[in-house]
Amino acid sequence: MREIKFYEAIREATAQCLENDERVYIMGLGVPDPKGIFGTTVNLQEEFGKDRVFDMPIIENAATGIAIGTALVGMRPIITHQRVEFAILSMEQIVNQAAKWYHMTAGQKNVPLVIRMIIGRGWGQGAQHCQSLESWFAHIPGLKVVMPSSPHDAKGLLASAVEDNNPVIFLEHRWLHNTYGNVPEYYYKLPIGKCNIVEPGSDITIVAHSYATLLAIKAARILSEYNINAEVIDIRTIRPLDKETIIASVKKTKRVIVVDNGWASFGVSAEIIAIIAENLSSELINNPIRIGVEDVPVPSTRELAKHAYPNTSKIINTVLNIFNVKSDKIDFEDPNIMYDVPDQSFMGPF
Amino acid sequence: MNTSARRLIVFIKMIKMENILAKELLFKMYRIRQVELKIAEMYSEQEMRCPIHLSVGQEAVATGICQLLRKEDSILSAHRSHAHYIAKGGSIKKMLGELYGKISGCAKGKGGSMHLIDLEAGLIAAVPIVGSTIPIGVGVAWGKKLKNKKDKTAIFFGEGATETGVFHESLGFASLHNIPVIFICENNLYSVYTHVRDRQSKKRSLKTIVEGHGIQYLYGNGNNMEEVLNISKQSIEYIETKQLPILLEFDTYRWLEHCGPGNDDHLNYRDEQETKSWLDNCPINLFEKKLLISGAITKKEIDENLEALNNEILEAFMDAKNAEFLPASSLYDDIYSV
Repeated sequence: MREIKFYEAIREATAQCLENDERVYIMGLGVPDPKGIFGTTVNLQEEFGKDRVFDMPIIENAATGIAIGTALVGMRPIITHQRVEFAILSMEQIVNQAAKWYHMTAGQKNVPLVIRMIIGRGWGQGAQHCQSLESWFAHIPGLKVVMPSSPHDAKGLLASAVEDNNPVIFLEHRWLHNTYGNVPEYYYKLPIGKCNIVEPGSDITIVAHSYATLLAIKAARILSEYNINAEVIDIRTIRPLDKETIIASVKKTKRVIVVDNGWASFGVSAEIIAIIAENLSSELINNPIRIGVEDVPVPSTRELAKHAYPNTSKIINTVLNIFNVKSDKIDFEDPNIMYDVPDQSFMGPF
Repeated sequence: MNTSARRLIVFIKMIKMENILAKELLFKMYRIRQVELKIAEMYSEQEMRCPIHLSVGQEAVATGICQLLRKEDSILSAHRSHAHYIAKGGSIKKMLGELYGKISGCAKGKGGSMHLIDLEAGLIAAVPIVGSTIPIGVGVAWGKKLKNKKDKTAIFFGEGATETGVFHESLGFASLHNIPVIFICENNLYSVYTHVRDRQSKKRSLKTIVEGHGIQYLYGNGNNMEEVLNISKQSIEYIETKQLPILLEFDTYRWLEHCGPGNDDHLNYRDEQETKSWLDNCPINLFEKKLLISGAITKKEIDENLEALNNEILEAFMDAKNAEFLPASSLYDDIYSV
């Protein structure tokens, strides 16, 4: 199968949605510009016209309301934000209006709306360009929250989000945009509300989402060298959450750690551990452990920022500790990659 | 014949307002007034258990604009929405059902007074977050434009909403994309208990702000039905011919408390003279007097209409009181659309 990058998968899904359904349109700051939201919207305006692919003024809150309004008369909008933090300006429309509309009209009107947000990281992004705020959105009944970790999932889940009849928050990690993977050329959808077991295993369950999934996969592969067979679950959709898959896995492995893409306190990992505690506490061998971003704003300087994030080493050392396995090695990071970029090809600035 | 009656006749000729239209306008204002007064009266029974923001005193603007809109045209409103809902042709039974929290309500009781909806009548939504329906209304109008639909869209809000960021964002977008939408600002001077002078600089001009966005602005006395109708007509012609946004500002005054059935003047937040002068300029009395003098309507017709209206309202109240609540099993309904 053909290999493409995550950002190309996003672009392809968007193009196919625009092609398939004339009610779909996409707007956002920079959508038609030469860089096209990290490549995800490049040349879409040339292909689909200015009525369906367009820029917007810096009016995040109004733009969200406007998108809701168009959805009420039959359109299916996609809005993009280049950082989660810009989308915060539209929390009123997202939380009070989009999320509640179907409820407060007693089902008379629904709001099909996809809001893409990008989580920044590295190259000195600083406190206001790197927050993974999925738990804010997942807290709200009426919203769906989707966070793919692979190009294949990105394409299929974005297609599902656009076809969904509800407001869907679609969170992309900036460090995933240039990852490769097998992606079919044809249009396909993946279910919203289903976890994905990305690495099967029997000794311990590692639950993760978004970029943290990549760390967990890498950790699991290294852990196998220590004869620890970890099962890695990519949550994929934060809300609705596929509790059954997580519970079934932990029931089997009886050990669990959760790697959070954001802050662990009050976060996605907190919710998952609560679910495990409610369902399986007497069957667990280890106390569930969560690893997330340290409870601080992430500083710009790379020398401090590197200590704020979870990494493969933290995951491996946590698991080794659970199994009482002593290792001479404690640093499992790739020495060839600077810790403030996703890979060697990344040149900045954002 | 006195001057005002003569002026009215000229006005009637000018806009070809026939007696039938004049009567409709008067009765619609009465319809709003009588429903609101009855709500105020019945609220003490403690059965309408939701916040209410009554429109008594502000009937003319809603009535004038909605008279010129067709059923297919859309309106959006905010927390003080009863007048708009009724003026646009919303069902009184469904509205009262909603206030009583019953299954017969326009949102089965899930919305309450602050979330009225009547899609059949073209009331898209009313929400109590000040300013929030402004962009949504722009989106409705824009969506229609993108789909080449000619139905109009009007958004009602108070002067407080013009202080929000989202109002300015929405004006900019409507102007940028030439979206035909009627913004209607009902300036009743107060945001809850705070006078506009404590919220807006004396140097501020809504007209300048609106025109600065390249949007047409018209102003009128919102308690004068002829003026409201005249300006509404101009605005409709404007968006029909130009296909551009327009903003109307009307001065008006709420008679009752900000939220609730009573009078809150004992709190002394409003100047007595100010209140008195507005009460003396009741939109219904002013219009009715003119129609009586001109002979467009008789006292008997008014009385007959009021009697029928009051009976209809009473029946709607009985309906609402007798209706059922949603069953507990429906708590999780209508959260996600399939």
